Amino acid sequence: MALTALRARLERLGGLVTSMVWRLGYASRFLGYLVAHSGTAFRRFRLTVAEIYFAGVLSLIIILVSGLFVGMVLSLQGYETLQRFGASESLGVLVALSLVRELGPVVAGLLFASRAGSAITAEIGLMKATEQISAMEMMAVDPIARVVAPRFWGGVISMPLLAALFSAMGIFGGYLIAVPLIGVDSGAFWSQMQAAVDFSNDILNGVIKSVVFGVAVTWIAVFEGYDAPPTAEGVSHATTRTVVISSLAILALDFVLTALMFTGGNR
Amino acid sequence: MQQSPAVNEAIVEIEHVSFGYDAARPVLRDVSLAIPRGSVVGIMGQSGHGKTTLLRIIMGAYKPQAGAARVLGHDVAKLDTAGLYAMRRKMGMLFQFGALFTDISVFENVAFPLREHLELPEDLLQDLVMMKLHAVGLRGAAHLMPTELSGGMARRVALARAIALDPQLILYDEPFTGLDPISFGVIVRLIRSLNDSLGATSVIVTHDVQEALDMVDYAWFIGSGRVIAQGRPDAIRGSDEPFVNQFVNGKIEGPVPFHYPAPEYGADLELPAGAARQAA
Repeated sequence: MALTALRARLERLGGLVTSMVWRLGYASRFLGYLVAHSGTAFRRFRLTVAEIYFAGVLSLIIILVSGLFVGMVLSLQGYETLQRFGASESLGVLVALSLVRELGPVVAGLLFASRAGSAITAEIGLMKATEQISAMEMMAVDPIARVVAPRFWGGVISMPLLAALFSAMGIFGGYLIAVPLIGVDSGAFWSQMQAAVDFSNDILNGVIKSVVFGVAVTWIAVFEGYDAPPTAEGVSHATTRTVVISSLAILALDFVLTALMFTGGNR
Repeated sequence: MQQSPAVNEAIVEIEHVSFGYDAARPVLRDVSLAIPRGSVVGIMGQSGHGKTTLLRIIMGAYKPQAGAARVLGHDVAKLDTAGLYAMRRKMGMLFQFGALFTDISVFENVAFPLREHLELPEDLLQDLVMMKLHAVGLRGAAHLMPTELSGGMARRVALARAIALDPQLILYDEPFTGLDPISFGVIVRLIRSLNDSLGATSVIVTHDVQEALDMVDYAWFIGSGRVIAQGRPDAIRGSDEPFVNQFVNGKIEGPVPFHYPAPEYGADLELPAGAARQAA
């Protein structure tokens, strides 16, 4: 009896793993097809520009406001710790490195997944549910080239720009708390930051992270939308899956990228 | 009843086609029909009995698992994606609820296939779109967004978009669903007049039998995935075939039962055997 129950559990686990691997393979083929059929997205670049507006510009408010507050909180918390060691002049370094290396790409990525990723999934899923995708196919227009690829590249281009703006706004927020409010010396704040933040090891690695997150989030968003069952429930589940899977992917990728970039004597 | 239309040149030939979404559920079984060029034909029958699947085989969305579908001279199962798209440029399709792109205007919806396939000067494109919209009576609605249209207007815009590239074959998937009587009449008239003026062939999938029989040249009845009757409208109306008779006249009694197969009524209500018969 116990053996039967154990076997049933193992079978369920096996089925789950098999279906996940199958889905990952399907999503990878989808990405390959998408990249191979991206000519339209670049030939008619205004289609991609429209998606940069949709995914990027319309996400600006949440990105900028979040960046400002994250920087301000970082500055407050950082000061509390640094002053114990008499290193409050290094607050600028702490804020900048935290934002550029980690919080900028990661938090901007999470916000991007919630704001733009979910919208991309819902839009493509609803287009499918209302037969707009089928109509396009019937008009001999490849929906992956015409609808999906511009959204994918629009997201990939937007994400590093949003992460950079998030970090810049965060540093500004950190400055507002550190210098006018706490009274840290302005010259020390900026000069220590300038001396400690390295372009290739810090800024470039942060940009690489944000590009990787942009590809991951937008890939998940367009795939979930295109693969969504054409029903209200199907689109709803797909939108939720986009946010959950994207967020987990960002955190997992961040760990892997951080391990590769900032360990082993790199810094 | 007549067994086949007088086919001089068939634009669509379906030969012994079988298809199922999975092995346990065959949707089409050994279906054969030939649609003559220039005609308006109807494919009729109950919902869920294979009409739309047959339409999707004609448009090349599904490949038959047995038999052959020849459309516009092509065996659709043997076409690659490029070949399929080349064939579809000669076809137009009106979806059940129009399937208009909701983020662009009526004008841009009709212009969509022209912009995608032809590199026309903007003024010529403008003229062509206005001509198509004029043909469906909606030139004045060019600036509206699809969300501002009634169901009937949306269907007419979708029709203008379907004929934008002057197709040889126009497919209609339940074009009358949810229309008020005036819109209904307008769509019926448009399908016939556009077909004749474009020299096209129209295939209408519908379960609005009485109205469709008023406008088609020939009709096929699909039931349980098979062609169970076919003929000209007058022959269909006079048919004594039980299914056609029930379907055309909307009778409750007939070969199509009112009740979906279920266990004994009394058993579901947990009644004793005698009381069960009374409850039924």
